Amino acid sequence: MIFEQIIFYLFSAVLIAAAVGMVTVRNPVYAALCLILSFFTSAALWLLLEAEFLGLVLVLVYVGAVMVLFLFVIMMLDLNTDPLKEGFAKYAPVGFGVAAVIAVEMIMVLQSAPFQIAAPTVPAPENNTEALGMILYTDYVYPFEIAAVILVVAIMAAIVLTLRRRPDSRKQDISQQVQVKRADRVRLVKMKSETKEQA
Amino acid sequence: MMEILANFFGAFLPVWMVTLLLILIKVVAIVLPLILLVAYATYAERKIIGFMQVRVGPNRVGFKGLLQPFADMFKLIFKEIVVPAKSNRFLFLIAPLLAMGPAFAAWAVIPFSDGMVLADVNAGLLFLLALTSLGIYGVIIAGWASNSKYAQLSAMRLGAQMVSYEIAMGFALVGVLMASGSLNLGDIVRAQSGSVFSWFVWPLFGLFVVYFISGVAETNRAPFDVAEGESEIVAGFHVEYSGMAFSIFFLAEYANMWLIAALTSLLFLGGWLSPFQGLTFLTDTPVIGLFFGDGIHWLLLKASFFMLLFFWFRATFPRYRYDQIMRLGWKILIPVTLVWIFAEGLAIALGWKPWL
Amino acid sequence: MSFNWKHYFKTFSLQELLQGMGVTGKYFFERKITIQYPEEKTPISNRFRGHHALRRYPNGEERCIACKLCEAVCPALAITIDLEERPDGTRRTTRYDIDMFKCIYCGFCEEACPVDAIVETNIFEYHFENRGENIQTKEKLLAIGDKHEAEIAQMKAADAAYR
Repeated sequence: MIFEQIIFYLFSAVLIAAAVGMVTVRNPVYAALCLILSFFTSAALWLLLEAEFLGLVLVLVYVGAVMVLFLFVIMMLDLNTDPLKEGFAKYAPVGFGVAAVIAVEMIMVLQSAPFQIAAPTVPAPENNTEALGMILYTDYVYPFEIAAVILVVAIMAAIVLTLRRRPDSRKQDISQQVQVKRADRVRLVKMKSETKEQA
Repeated sequence: MMEILANFFGAFLPVWMVTLLLILIKVVAIVLPLILLVAYATYAERKIIGFMQVRVGPNRVGFKGLLQPFADMFKLIFKEIVVPAKSNRFLFLIAPLLAMGPAFAAWAVIPFSDGMVLADVNAGLLFLLALTSLGIYGVIIAGWASNSKYAQLSAMRLGAQMVSYEIAMGFALVGVLMASGSLNLGDIVRAQSGSVFSWFVWPLFGLFVVYFISGVAETNRAPFDVAEGESEIVAGFHVEYSGMAFSIFFLAEYANMWLIAALTSLLFLGGWLSPFQGLTFLTDTPVIGLFFGDGIHWLLLKASFFMLLFFWFRATFPRYRYDQIMRLGWKILIPVTLVWIFAEGLAIALGWKPWL
Repeated sequence: MSFNWKHYFKTFSLQELLQGMGVTGKYFFERKITIQYPEEKTPISNRFRGHHALRRYPNGEERCIACKLCEAVCPALAITIDLEERPDGTRRTTRYDIDMFKCIYCGFCEEACPVDAIVETNIFEYHFENRGENIQTKEKLLAIGDKHEAEIAQMKAADAAYR
């Protein structure tokens, strides 16, 4: 299908350009936007490979939620990038060393046995969302559920760690405010009108 | 009809160009009516809110003001697009398009009637969730690029609001897909066929309410319109925009409203299915059967009802404070959906499916 | 605060929100009270304070005697008056300018005037197209007075009983 090939090369070109832009661009907001673009185009490539669940979830989670918060932080911080670049020449060799180690590690991992699976001879099921769900909730149900629990625990831990109960905060309990009755706030008092003599 | 066109173009064009051309034709066939609907949604909003405030609304341009949307459009087209000093020109100009793109692209998977859909994607619901979560970028970038405190403030508010309400919305959708057993919107609607009582509103009433409330919050309409906040931060993230750039934001907002309205009717009210299903004496009669039978007009009617609700809310409710919005989203809507989904899962596990 | 079932039922049934929507829904069908302005107009009081005018006596002599009371009382300092003594010994203005941008339409000038010369008419639909036109000179004010004298006299007569 030549049409799909054209689209594939188009998206690949955009993906590579965005990824290069992300590391080279000076403005941090531009860098974040480049990262979003590269996420988005790689999601499109996955869609082309008919891995629609992965592609859409990438957009949903990374582009739709994580990068939004990322942009928030970058926009709020008003980053001054000059001091960050000061020791570039000094740290460059270390950086290259780390990069080389990671590259070697990744190659070794990808060469190992679990990744050496032959291409499926049976054509992939039409609905791979369903297929993925079937596998996740049958064969791998415990690892999957444990991962979910760990994530929830992490969320709760983050909230608990950052929650400071300040005594001086003027927090309002809305449900309490709404439930107030007239009798709680106003007391009607009956009294005689004053006369001249009393005053 | 598409086959005729394909044969016609196939005579003198390569295959891939025919594919592209046919997709383009379908896109235009969806987008043009959509823009018209958006234009008349603005007119309907002004009329309806006017009527609720004992005014008459626009009535000068054309009969009963029916040409008002076009008058507005021409005014906006001929206005100058002012780019503020020290703003980021490229991002400033691209932001409206980023807001509009997802709002229109989401319509690709909406089935208007049985089989009337641009892309019959298996994971249609996921596609919708992914695309609606993209709309936020137009807003955030607009707020940042205009180099204005108020625009920035509003973009931040809206960003946090949309991320929060997406969760409640996603959970409500989980309930729907549990009931229908499919992510394909067409299948979801077909799962509701039978009669009015097999629509998902009845078993999933709580999720339906939560979904629509989150939809109102997602499109940042009143009473959740702190991002727009007409009376406090002027116009929110698009304060610095004028002319066509502003109107594109407007277009995106109303296209999103139509999208939420159409989705609510598809997911909970049976989309194109007629409420008179099963009453054969109505649906099978030759002439009135066209109206009482299934068809795109029912989707349009249902979506219009939800649009009316959008306007009705705006005329009725005062704006929520920002912390109240967050409280409603996180502490009320999300727990409600979770409880509902749990109950639904229990019902399915026990083989007790009242909606089938 | 104890767990209040009634309150939670009320909250989650959205009862109060629906009540509010009921109110707006009712007003949707109410008779509309909009006045279609250029075609329809609201009635105007006899005491309406619109554009100014200078009046004349029936014999054609202008009323204003340049006493400058209006200039003195004007809280916005909108009135400027120059005067002369005529050969027959009467005082009359040579210049009577009202800056319509400064004027706040309080009607004090009208109240202060001992001879009912400066009045505020019920003209409220006017505009300026060029700079400087906001200064209403003596000639313009007299012209307005001449044109609308009947109307002004009628308004004054109708309101006289209450002064």
